[in-house]
Amino acid sequence: MTIIGWLAFLFAAAVGAPARYLLDGWVQDRTGGRFPWGTFTVNVTGCFALGILTGLGFYHGLGSASRTVLGTGGLGAYTTFSTFTFETVRLAEEGAIDDALRSAGAGWFFGLVAAAAGLALAAIVP
Amino acid sequence: MAEDRPGLPIDPDLAPADPGQPTLPGRSHLSYHSNLPYRRRSRASPDVLAVIALGGMLGATARYGLARLLPTGTGQFPWATFLTNLSGSFLLGLLLSLLFERAPRARLLRPFAATGILGAFTTMSTYQVETVLLFRDGHPLTAGSYGAGSLLAGLALAYLGILAGRHAKSRHRNGSR
Repeated sequence: MTIIGWLAFLFAAAVGAPARYLLDGWVQDRTGGRFPWGTFTVNVTGCFALGILTGLGFYHGLGSASRTVLGTGGLGAYTTFSTFTFETVRLAEEGAIDDALRSAGAGWFFGLVAAAAGLALAAIVP
Repeated sequence: MAEDRPGLPIDPDLAPADPGQPTLPGRSHLSYHSNLPYRRRSRASPDVLAVIALGGMLGATARYGLARLLPTGTGQFPWATFLTNLSGSFLLGLLLSLLFERAPRARLLRPFAATGILGAFTTMSTYQVETVLLFRDGHPLTAGSYGAGSLLAGLALAYLGILAGRHAKSRHRNGSR
């Protein structure tokens, strides 16, 4: 990667991680309950966005440098897997088995659907 | 487990509040989502955002480095993301249970290391797009084993990390007396 590309990668990660924190907190403060809606929102939107970005690479010729900066740097830092697993395990530990199963199931399933939808959207848009 | 103070929060971003504050008796382990005893995050301070950004750069760089080290060809099992997410899940559980006990008042360490580094190191988006692409390219078995394997192993490792942190801190406690 070029120096400019490298700086852009760091900048994208430095935006993505605080964006996750802010959106997660904003959503969690408004939903109020124990279900991790914040992490869910961050991950589903990030999966959709990376699906689009990957599709732009496949079908519209978006370069690999742009995809590395925005996808690996920005969206990779924005979405998180460790918080998702941690919160799910903690819900189960506290006896909230139903919420733990919902967190694992919905967090996984809707992330997958969002990624597929983003990819499909990029494929059908001319 | 009887504790006279709230347990490890479910949301890793939440800071334990001042121990002097009242807690809700009888439901302390679930009370994090009411206003007590964990602080809400609506007003994020600039220094917290700055350390999350710094940690995010480190975490994303480490993930990129591992991806370069273990490149995944079309149709292959994405080992780099798999190992990233599994190790990150273990480390987050370990880190949060250790910090919760040993440094509950450290204001910037958790956002830097947990929300910043490990949050950015692990990734949901790359994992899901890789699973979709494996399906799309006609590798349903690899897609299924990667999709389910990451999820189940990630949950198991997060739990092991939490247990390891608790084990370490109880040894620490016993050793100091």
